[in-house]
Amino acid sequence: MLARLVTLFIVSFVLLVGAAARAAEPIRLWHAYRGGEEQALEEVLAEFDGAPVETLAIPYDAFGSKLAAAIPLGEGPHLFIDSHERLGDYRRRKIIAAVDDALEAGVYDAVALRAVQLDGVAWAVPLSRKSVALYVNTALVDEVPTTLEGILALQPTLPPGVYAYAYEVKKAYSHAPILHAFGGRMLDDDDGFGFRGPEAEASLRFVLELVERGAVPPNADGGLVTNLFKSGQAAFAASGPWLAADLSSELGDAVPYRVQSLPVLEATGLPMRPFLTVEGVMLSPHGALRPEVRALARHLASPAAAQVRQRLARSVTARTDVPAPADDPLLAAFAQQAELAIPMPSSPAMRATWEPADRAIGKVLRHQAEPAEALEEAQHRFDDVRRPPPPPASPWPILVLTGSFLLWGALVLVQRARAPELRERVRKSLPAYRYVAHAVLAVGVLVILPLVVGAATSLFAGPAGEVEYVGLANFFEILTARGGPLLATGSFYTVLLVTLLWTVVNITFHLGIGLVMGLLLSRPLLRLKAVYRVLLIIPWAVPSYVTALAWKGMFDQQYGAITGIILAINDLFGFTMEPIAWFSSFSTAFTANAATNIWLGFPFMMVVTIGALTAVPKDVLEAAEVDGATRWQRLTRVVLPMIRPTMMPSITLGAIWTFNMFNVVFLVSGGDPDGSTDILVSEAYRWAFTREAQYGYAAAYAVLIFVMLMLGTRLLEGTRNRWDRGGRGGSED
Amino acid sequence: MNRLPSLPERALVHLVLVLAVAFSLYPVLWVVATAFSGTLTPEPRALPIPQEPTLEHLREVVGATRVMPDGATQWLFGRQLLNSLVVSISTAVVGVLIAIPTAYALARFSFLGKAAGVRALLATQMFPAVASAIPLYLILDALELLNSRTGLVLCYASTSVPFAIFQLRAAFEAIPVDLEEAAMVDGATRFQAFRLVVLPVARPAIAVTALFAFMSAYNEFILAATLLDDASMFTLPVMLQRFIGEYDAQWDKFAAGALVVSLPVMALFYLVQRNLVAGLASGGVKG
Repeated sequence: MLARLVTLFIVSFVLLVGAAARAAEPIRLWHAYRGGEEQALEEVLAEFDGAPVETLAIPYDAFGSKLAAAIPLGEGPHLFIDSHERLGDYRRRKIIAAVDDALEAGVYDAVALRAVQLDGVAWAVPLSRKSVALYVNTALVDEVPTTLEGILALQPTLPPGVYAYAYEVKKAYSHAPILHAFGGRMLDDDDGFGFRGPEAEASLRFVLELVERGAVPPNADGGLVTNLFKSGQAAFAASGPWLAADLSSELGDAVPYRVQSLPVLEATGLPMRPFLTVEGVMLSPHGALRPEVRALARHLASPAAAQVRQRLARSVTARTDVPAPADDPLLAAFAQQAELAIPMPSSPAMRATWEPADRAIGKVLRHQAEPAEALEEAQHRFDDVRRPPPPPASPWPILVLTGSFLLWGALVLVQRARAPELRERVRKSLPAYRYVAHAVLAVGVLVILPLVVGAATSLFAGPAGEVEYVGLANFFEILTARGGPLLATGSFYTVLLVTLLWTVVNITFHLGIGLVMGLLLSRPLLRLKAVYRVLLIIPWAVPSYVTALAWKGMFDQQYGAITGIILAINDLFGFTMEPIAWFSSFSTAFTANAATNIWLGFPFMMVVTIGALTAVPKDVLEAAEVDGATRWQRLTRVVLPMIRPTMMPSITLGAIWTFNMFNVVFLVSGGDPDGSTDILVSEAYRWAFTREAQYGYAAAYAVLIFVMLMLGTRLLEGTRNRWDRGGRGGSED
Repeated sequence: MNRLPSLPERALVHLVLVLAVAFSLYPVLWVVATAFSGTLTPEPRALPIPQEPTLEHLREVVGATRVMPDGATQWLFGRQLLNSLVVSISTAVVGVLIAIPTAYALARFSFLGKAAGVRALLATQMFPAVASAIPLYLILDALELLNSRTGLVLCYASTSVPFAIFQLRAAFEAIPVDLEEAAMVDGATRFQAFRLVVLPVARPAIAVTALFAFMSAYNEFILAATLLDDASMFTLPVMLQRFIGEYDAQWDKFAAGALVVSLPVMALFYLVQRNLVAGLASGGVKG
């Protein structure tokens, strides 16, 4: 019912406002470019003499969700620049239209053209082709071996601390060239999980050996690969054009380097073929209707524009009629690699492979599973995400139920409204209502209404665009762990236990540290009080996504600051402590998450304590002192009971917020190892954003979280009231 | 009146505080070191000291400009800083203004639906935003508040209201009723008593509540990135997010941006904590 209402008002809104006022508007173009690519785009647009163009550079993280929110409403861009592998997903959600006459015939590279087609129709105008290639540090290496094994064999000849070959070893995207060289693939022809079988297992065993021989850094992410290569600590690196952009903006002495195609794998004789991404211009359904938008798309893909991009962004064009500049070996190398690269499948299933595949690689590298076993588990995970939506249910039961409930409520209301006591109470309440009316309105419309609609989506399932009412099937699937064992990693019950542990540990430390600091900072004659207060508030003042990433960096086993401290202590005192691999076991990864969150959260409790202490009258303390109470007695019998009512709401809210603290878990451990440190809310996020946008399923998680917290606070309240007999408890009238 | 504590005790207190400060500063100093580093050589180090110190990243972040469609150059960073401040200050003002009367009513009156209202307020905090973001977008679209700072402020303010109400209600409850009753005996109306007697006494709590609302708005980026469609309306956290790309992240610039973004908040906290102390000294609570 709600969904229908919402649809109704979207449709009418789009009809009323959407179509009417569009004609004279400037063209809106969205992209996620930075640096040279952004500069190239600006230059290309300056040459466009059609309608005025408004560009918007959006953070990459927000790009997809912003498109998905805006375009179905007829809002958002007329055209945008994105990677071809999202086309399948975008088409299913109806946020793109076929490009039609925006695509020039006969001028595109055949592979790039096929990549932007679905069922024989082109859905994007290809601009450029991107893939990783081999970066060679020419100061460390004179002659480049032709095989990967040859490169690895250079390891003993390199200076200490230098890796032969740096790449993001734990990412399936960077593993793909090796997998392809073993004859394997990520996705099979029927959109099934292809990362199975002897080839896939051989590729994993091979990588495990690389890491064990010390030829490849064991924990590198994209940033570390860049920094290793930049600082001369990697002889070779597999990376994309972004590394070249980084190297050219280098301030000090730049590393001498060149780029060439990835080598051949000696074991199979096959070349390492990376994934190819074709960047293209895509048209939103309302943009595709306007001829000047299609003209802009043609302009963006024109030969002149391709030359600008070659010069400023150094990107490999998707056209065949624009020759690469002769004086740019880097561009030539990436063009050569692009010829060999394998276009990433654009089916929605491809996106579901990354999470299971990444986890399987991590598990093998941590020696927690044999390749075959890890990949079998990955296949289960993939199939679990790709499982068909539950069958549609009849909406009648819920309609009848809601209807009769409303009817019953109305009857009760009418009956009670007749009673004079009630009218009397309402009349007496009127002055208070004047105080609360605007809060009710604001919270009602902008907080409670979205929440109710959100909760209602938990009754729906299916791919975006073809959503069906399924009744309670989402809840049933979650609570039965989708047919798997109830206490397996990632099942609702295991994740709930982790979440509870997470909440208890954090709140204990938040409150403990916050109280001690608050009490110390409220000592009347403390010197430097203002300085301490400001310095201790800093964890809370710096945006949490920044510091969470800083903590993640500190926990890096190889180069992190914690390892730095351990080594420094070893040096100073002659100890032999080993650096800790924080994200390889549940207990250490959980500790890392908790340390970050305790750090982030204690200033809040500290400020709340200081605030509460300001309300404690001094004479009460003085009276207690005169009565001969010891300090400890004053604290536990006078001060703490007095500040407790003021602090209780903050503690309750702190617990609720911690229960739902998605940022830290997502950014620090990212669920590692193997999803075991995920909490309920990060699990919900994964279903909504990385696992095929199953919003209904994520909403069902959200509803369950809500129910848990309701029960939890009720339970706590009950215990507290019992403890409070005679006190000033029960203020929650 | 207060005796100075003994020397060992003072030393102990300072020791604990210094250790806590070290704990709270250490990760932030890494951000600072990264922001000022010309290179980022991967090696385990214990002390956050910039490598090849440079101001280049800072200059690049702060000096960000863009060319407007009409050809004029706009100082984008300045514009976005202004947006952030306007949005966050408005959020704090609107949020606190909405919350104060409600919190007062909850502290002083008994009325029909009070218990249910309090429970509903607490309940709003329990539902994760993952499921309510898209409906919120639809509602703002219907209200024609997409891509506007007003819409953003209304969202932030409403979101901050439940917590602000809890904070302020507790603060109002801690103020003795006798104060207002005395004022009303002297001829003040209920509202005058609230405005002239209760509000001044509750000033420290109001300042802290406003600070909470300010900070939550100032650091938010998911909603801001989703609702705003114009780079000259973006807030600073959205600008910061842009340094993280699909395959790579520019940590040095991200850190430099983070540093600049954090400065106003620290300045503000410094001011508010002055206010805290002033509110304390005015001593209304003595009764």
